[in-house]
Amino acid sequence: MKIKKQQLPDKSGHYGEFGGCYAPETLMGLLIDLEKEFQKIKKDKTFQKEFDYYLKEYAGRPTNLYHAKRLSAHLKTLNVYLKREDLLHTGAHKINNTLGQIIVARRMGKTRIIAETGAGQHGVATATAAALFGLKCVIYMGAEDVKRQSLNVVRMKLMGAEVRPVESGSKTLKDAMNEAVRDWVTNVHDTFYIIGSVAGFHPYPVMVRTFQSIIGKEARSQFLAKEKKLPDYLLACVGGGSNAMGLFHAFYNDSSVKMIGVEAAGHGVNTHAHSATLTKGEVGVLHGSKSMLLQDKDGQVQIAHSVAAGLDYPGVGPEHSYYQQSGRAEYVSIDDQEAVAALKLLSRMEGIIPALETSHAIAYLEKLARRVKGKASVIVCLSGRGDKDMNQISKFV
Amino acid sequence: MNRIDLTFKSLREQKKKAFIAFITAGDPDLKTTHDLVLAFEKAGVDIIELGVPFSDPMADGPTIQASSMRALQKGTSLTKVLDLVKSLRTQTQIPIALMTYTNIIFHYGDEKFVKDAKACGVDGIIIPDLPVTEAHVLTTAAKKADLSTVFFIAPTTSDERAKQIADASSGFIYYVSITGVTGARQATPVTTFKHLKKIKTFITKPVCVGFGISTAEQVKSVSKVADGVIVGSAIVKEILKYSNDKNLVSKVAKFVQSLAAAR
Repeated sequence: MKIKKQQLPDKSGHYGEFGGCYAPETLMGLLIDLEKEFQKIKKDKTFQKEFDYYLKEYAGRPTNLYHAKRLSAHLKTLNVYLKREDLLHTGAHKINNTLGQIIVARRMGKTRIIAETGAGQHGVATATAAALFGLKCVIYMGAEDVKRQSLNVVRMKLMGAEVRPVESGSKTLKDAMNEAVRDWVTNVHDTFYIIGSVAGFHPYPVMVRTFQSIIGKEARSQFLAKEKKLPDYLLACVGGGSNAMGLFHAFYNDSSVKMIGVEAAGHGVNTHAHSATLTKGEVGVLHGSKSMLLQDKDGQVQIAHSVAAGLDYPGVGPEHSYYQQSGRAEYVSIDDQEAVAALKLLSRMEGIIPALETSHAIAYLEKLARRVKGKASVIVCLSGRGDKDMNQISKFV
Repeated sequence: MNRIDLTFKSLREQKKKAFIAFITAGDPDLKTTHDLVLAFEKAGVDIIELGVPFSDPMADGPTIQASSMRALQKGTSLTKVLDLVKSLRTQTQIPIALMTYTNIIFHYGDEKFVKDAKACGVDGIIIPDLPVTEAHVLTTAAKKADLSTVFFIAPTTSDERAKQIADASSGFIYYVSITGVTGARQATPVTTFKHLKKIKTFITKPVCVGFGISTAEQVKSVSKVADGVIVGSAIVKEILKYSNDKNLVSKVAKFVQSLAAAR
């Protein structure tokens, strides 16, 4: 396919019809300042040096691109490489973004950090970065998620963060985000909101993409070095979509590389319990941007479901909606059972226990293996490790 | 000139300030909302701000969040609220502005909303998560139909931006008295008055102050500098307090009257 050179988002944060900045007026001044600061840091060598230092010395970059030989043999038609973001400090890709944002927060003179979290991985990565720089940290987490991801709650508390369970709405990620925004509106003068995905008000989607795009940059050169060519496919799970965008972005102009995002089908996309926003949603506005959204006939946001707390969100980052609409990426879905089976498969085949979120991407490998003609190569973003899911997964073992 | 403009014109001539009352449509039910609007008019309310509930009201504090949830559980939708206004128009000409979130209007269709709202007798629209920079489609359609578009100015808004917001606003401008979400507070910060006085030097359209106003004393002090005062959460709390009382409407109206009289 032919791909237009990418210059998105535009100045006001739009990706075609998606994106933008739908914020309460109280936040607009700060968001405008943040946009200016973001433009500055993109060219600022001091920022880049500091960010690179922490990614390398603290988080553990670069991560390996591991050739999963036994899994590849099992799948027959696919040559599978795993981008090992699970090996990063705190166990997921989320730390790339929180380190970037906390440096921005400090440059803007903010002394208090807030964040929302679903699976707790972004909460842990935020609490980690806040501890690293000695900043006060408050994490909003749906009461339902506090229960199913209790280990991550302990980790956040150990690092000095205050975890506030959110009892409103569906008590999951979307409600945690509402509550974080309410906190931010109230404490706008000293507080920086570290959003965990390529979602939210402009400039967050592009800022998070920029901090996560290291995943794809590394993977691209590692794959070229090993295979002397580009991969045929990229595969990543999509909740808000930060690990997927992080992997995809560096390959945007490589038109031969096909991108597949895997959403959570929960109990099935034809039930009312899923998180397959791009498969089943309609265009809407939630949490600051226009994107695909799970909503009812009146425009009320529907409650999402997934076995993976990190995918349990009725929206998706606006750039993914744009990728879908323009045909640059394809979005598919995997249900709860398939994800759990994939978690077991990768554990046995490669001795790697993936997070339940990541397991959705792994699960799609078997379907992709049946789709390809001849042989194909694929990079899967192994976005996080499964340690946090052991309580939940124990009943399936 | 629509009903909102006419009201401000008449208030200005009488050198009076506007008292604007917010209630969530459908809490506790649409019939009660209907009766409250009529009773509020008698109690001295100048403009009604009618909340159309949204599942994720991120600019609202706990009182209006809970009220929105109760209204949604009763099946309240934008279509039903438009029908309510239509039926109210056979009995009252009090100005009515709807307050809701971007997705409700976007999902209904901006242009269709303007057309239907106008036909039902709605005078204005207030959307707390829609900044002027994203509102072009709505403001263009609303301007043609003479439906007021009320935008917000916050204590954090720069002068340059405040001018842009004032230009895009019609009916009145909603000044957010505090950095925070909606919800009753006991006092209005001193800085609010300072900033308000400053922006009033270059904004000629009516500026009304809301968020956190719950007492007669606050109504009195704020209406000295503003063109109007908006009370929401304090009224919603009263409605909840009397939810099982058959005299709910008269009791809440009495409370509203005491606030309206303080301006």
